[in-house]
Amino acid sequence: MELTPDETTLFSVWGLDINATVGFTWIVMILLTITSILITRNLRPDVPPNRWRTTLEVIVTAIQSQIEEISPRASRHVLYFSGTLFLFIAFSNLLLIVPGFRPPTASLSTTAALALSVLIAVPLFGITRQGIGGYLKTYIQPSVVMLPFNVISEFSRGISLAIRLYGNVMSGAVIAGILLGIAPFFFPVVMDVLGLLTGLIQAYIFAILATVYISSATATATAEKPLPKEKEK
Amino acid sequence: MSDLALIAAVSILTAGLSVAFGAIGPALGEGRAAAAALSAIAQQPDSASTLSRTLFVSLAMIESTAIYCFVVAMIVLFANPFWDQALQAAQSAAG
Repeated sequence: MELTPDETTLFSVWGLDINATVGFTWIVMILLTITSILITRNLRPDVPPNRWRTTLEVIVTAIQSQIEEISPRASRHVLYFSGTLFLFIAFSNLLLIVPGFRPPTASLSTTAALALSVLIAVPLFGITRQGIGGYLKTYIQPSVVMLPFNVISEFSRGISLAIRLYGNVMSGAVIAGILLGIAPFFFPVVMDVLGLLTGLIQAYIFAILATVYISSATATATAEKPLPKEKEK
Repeated sequence: MSDLALIAAVSILTAGLSVAFGAIGPALGEGRAAAAALSAIAQQPDSASTLSRTLFVSLAMIESTAIYCFVVAMIVLFANPFWDQALQAAQSAAG
């Protein structure tokens, strides 16, 4: 049984093997980019919105409102970053219903790359918001003793992000494969439905956790100021 | 018992054990989380959407500990590094 799509080679270019993970990642990227470009081609005020543009607006507004709930004063770049993560993971997981497609998120290389981008983005967002000194100061909060633990937690959250997504998507594929051998007629369909649900939830969680990490890195300086009083009800 | 048989037996046993013990904790935790969320929804039906969204996220995060154990079991069963090593050693010893 194959655990990852890494081992399947789709084609080779100049002696370079393009495996299924990379190939299907490109397919998802092309699909997302081309669709977005086609939809937003006529983005002018005088053109009435058609149903595709409305769909895209609904998706983007939903992502925006979710980010607003987590950190009310997030910059637009958080929307770009987390929204891209969500759309990519969700589409790779949802294209599971296409026969022959293997989700690139079922490979540890893809999820490790995504987690690595989150690990790099968190300090970047923190430094742009509060400067290098201000960001490095968050590592010695609440005291210097906590420095190694803060560093460890930074890495362990990256590892857990990668393994969580990989394990969830891979386990769906493996269980469907095992059930194909035992009860090939009906059960794999049910498990695929469950896989679709899990895939969407995992995409949501990945994006939400990335947003939470970024907002915790950016919000420290502003949180020290006394917050405006909540309205008493 | 040869090296290969020993490695196979220990791998299968460990895979079963890791999934078994790895399922106990998350199962209990998910049960508690779901029960708490249900009682909260029963008390405040208005905030059911927020509660259920938070419930989904926390369930998936609790479940990921079980998934870690599953990943370890899969690695032990299908991608065991010691198995390949022992196989190569046995082949080179055979001829």
